[in-house]
Amino acid sequence: MSVEATARQPQPLFVSGNEAVAWGARLARPHVIAAYPITPQTVVIERLAEWVAERKLDTEFLHVESEHSALSACMGASALGARTFTATSSQGLLYMAECLQYASGGRFPIVMMNANRALALPWNIYGDQQDSLAVLSSGWIQIYIEDAQEALDMTIQGFAIAEHAEVLTPVMLNLDGFVLTHTYEPVDVPAQVDVDAFLPPFRTPSKMSLEAPTSMGFTAGPAHYTEFKVQQHRAILRAARVASEVDQEFGRRFGRSYGGAVVPYHCEGADVVLVALGSVAGIVRETVDTLRARGVAAGMLKLRFLRPFPEREIVQALSTARSVGVLEKDVSFGHQGAVFSEVSSALGGSPNRPALLNFVAGLGGRDISRNDVEQMFDQLQSATVQPLNERVRFVGVDAWKAGELCSPRTIAGGVGEAERGGASVASGFGGKGAGPEVPEGGSEGDGVAGGVPKGGANPLSVPISEENGNG
Amino acid sequence: MASPFVRPYVRPRSPEDYPTGPCFTAGHLVETNAAWRSERPVLSVDRCTGCLRCYLACPDGAVLRAGAAVRIDYDFCKGCGICAHECNAQAILMIPEENKHVR
Amino acid sequence: MAEAARLRLALSDDEPFLGHKACAGCGGSLAVRLALKVLGERTFVVLPAGCMSAVGFLYPQLAFGCNAIISTFAGTASMMSGIAAAARALKLRDYHVAGFAGDGGTADIGLQALSGAIDRHENFIYICYDNEAYMNTGVQKSGLTPFGARTTTSPVGPHAAGARSRKKDIFEIVAAHGIDYAATASVAHAHDYIRKVERARTTVGTSFLHVLAPCPTGWGIETSETLEVARGAVDCGLWILAEYEASHYRINKTPRRFKPVADHLATQKRFAHLGKADVAAIEKERDSRWARLRRLAGER
Repeated sequence: MSVEATARQPQPLFVSGNEAVAWGARLARPHVIAAYPITPQTVVIERLAEWVAERKLDTEFLHVESEHSALSACMGASALGARTFTATSSQGLLYMAECLQYASGGRFPIVMMNANRALALPWNIYGDQQDSLAVLSSGWIQIYIEDAQEALDMTIQGFAIAEHAEVLTPVMLNLDGFVLTHTYEPVDVPAQVDVDAFLPPFRTPSKMSLEAPTSMGFTAGPAHYTEFKVQQHRAILRAARVASEVDQEFGRRFGRSYGGAVVPYHCEGADVVLVALGSVAGIVRETVDTLRARGVAAGMLKLRFLRPFPEREIVQALSTARSVGVLEKDVSFGHQGAVFSEVSSALGGSPNRPALLNFVAGLGGRDISRNDVEQMFDQLQSATVQPLNERVRFVGVDAWKAGELCSPRTIAGGVGEAERGGASVASGFGGKGAGPEVPEGGSEGDGVAGGVPKGGANPLSVPISEENGNG
Repeated sequence: MASPFVRPYVRPRSPEDYPTGPCFTAGHLVETNAAWRSERPVLSVDRCTGCLRCYLACPDGAVLRAGAAVRIDYDFCKGCGICAHECNAQAILMIPEENKHVR
Repeated sequence: MAEAARLRLALSDDEPFLGHKACAGCGGSLAVRLALKVLGERTFVVLPAGCMSAVGFLYPQLAFGCNAIISTFAGTASMMSGIAAAARALKLRDYHVAGFAGDGGTADIGLQALSGAIDRHENFIYICYDNEAYMNTGVQKSGLTPFGARTTTSPVGPHAAGARSRKKDIFEIVAAHGIDYAATASVAHAHDYIRKVERARTTVGTSFLHVLAPCPTGWGIETSETLEVARGAVDCGLWILAEYEASHYRINKTPRRFKPVADHLATQKRFAHLGKADVAAIEKERDSRWARLRRLAGER
């Protein structure tokens, strides 16, 4: 977007997604940071701790003894009107689960980065989206980040949205574990003085103070509880408008804005559209380009905000599609992916009734290749409206294209065809077409790998350089 | 610090009339506890030695210092009987609470 | 007792905890009331789920006159840590951060957060009011329920005789962290308790008080007997009044001769079922605990 920027020259650095978040947090000047380490979030808090030790960041950094305590401490700090930041992932996010509702119900505008990671069991430290999608109802604003620049920028924007008087709702910034948290990209780091001008100190009347003693976190019985919850719901809905205003203001000052809750890419007049969130959008976008060059009317709808849920924007973007697929890294066991459920539900209110397919991929860090994405579009092109319960496709698992494995008829009848055939899921990134690939041409943007290095080696074993630009 | 006190309260009707989140003025009371009592303490001031044992013993803050002696705050006394039990001067007696109109 | 008189007179006339819905005769509410009168109005108070939060904060009846917030059940000490951190960051002056949690909220579900907070050397005062069970939820057994006590989850019947485990020694657990100041207290020993709250108030660092707070409802005593029963616990040696400071233990009150344990237990319905063998076991445990604490305190 070409917006006239008013800021000073930013500092260009080559940083990981985690480090970009750390920069955003540092620039936002939180009063208190309370965090507990968990892969793949650790680098965020390590950088912050280093800067505190180097006196480059003036904040109270608490080494808490669990994630539950991390969010609990943030709430205590927020209750005094302090700006707070924390970060976590998967097991930690769920360990603090009761605190998520506590924070949103308590209207504490905490900003938290979540490194999207698979949930045990089995144990798996790699990236997928089960963790944040399991807590969609927690009352937090949920944002899904595609790249490191956005990670930095949205950390700053996150505070502006959360702390807005009409919102006062905590914000969760989701970055794909390892794929985004640990890969390196060039990023423009804004000057502190410009961030200060954009993000003034947090002021709220809703706090404990020595001048005006307050009761907080109290009990509300059946006669009153509902009204507090309605307030919460309305506040998070208002966040949609506030987020847009914040993004536009950010764009005016820093020359970058992100376009809102959803980002359609070639959706106008599209025949087949794949809905995606997070860093995988890069591969999907490239695939759309490839297909368009072949004359296929393909499009991508990237979802940035899942809460508040951008129902109208989704319906609008998908108004011409004949087939819509939702690509996500989770499944609600016994049903379908959470995002698919929500998108399908939104389309229930649309005059357009496309065929719908749910592509569940990337669980436990399994790579999603360009080939996979092309095959998803293939399926969308030949899709007809699927019977209920046959719309979930586990990408890369035997017979995934036919969705057989997911049909209750097949499961109820015993071992399915594919399983009887003895086909096994290959080791590593197994499954046809789902292996690590050498990317064709450049990947998204400027040629910095989004996680798949040449040679087919395990991308997650790329050593993380100690040398980086955190000057 | 002001002690909590009862104030007139109009119940909010719609969500907008409620405080933002569970956050409200400290010490905001809407009712007393007098109706809990089935017994009430009665103090004989002339027997009171001002030792303040009852003052330090009341779980409800319903025994207040009054000059050299104490007095009972019947708005918040629940009639537990600790003050009478603890008094070494037999200056407090528990009698049946007969006032049916206590709030 | 000039010191006692001084402390009494120094207490504010304000009643910062007033209008609450605790049971008549509640020991826990007395513990909170006295402590807040010592700490004063510039105190940020945290209470987890439990009796005191349940009775003190039911909108629109808000019974705390000072700043107060309810934390999650496990999160008293961590929320207190956040408040303390924000107060430093915001450069507030002349304030206290205090927490009041029950025995379950301290020694069971809240133990992790308490341990972490002591480890971080937070500047706050943590007070555990011990009514020896999860009283707010209906008298279930906690880690601080004493051996033999009847609770709803350690009931009494033909095959069961109440709690069979030993009361965790939370005072020693906290002291083992090397905390700046820790003490045990009792609501019936008001001057001693007030002195200890005052000591905690002036301690720069982390303080922990463990105060015995009988519960008429859960213990099966009359509402008027709360303090008498607390005295009984101290007099028979089942509750020890002690302090820990600068790596030293100090026993405050050593009865020359213990009153019979059986007599004390007989005052409470929760122990009514105990036979001679159990009472003997309780006495033996009392003796070994005293011996241990006296050793720690450097007494012969």
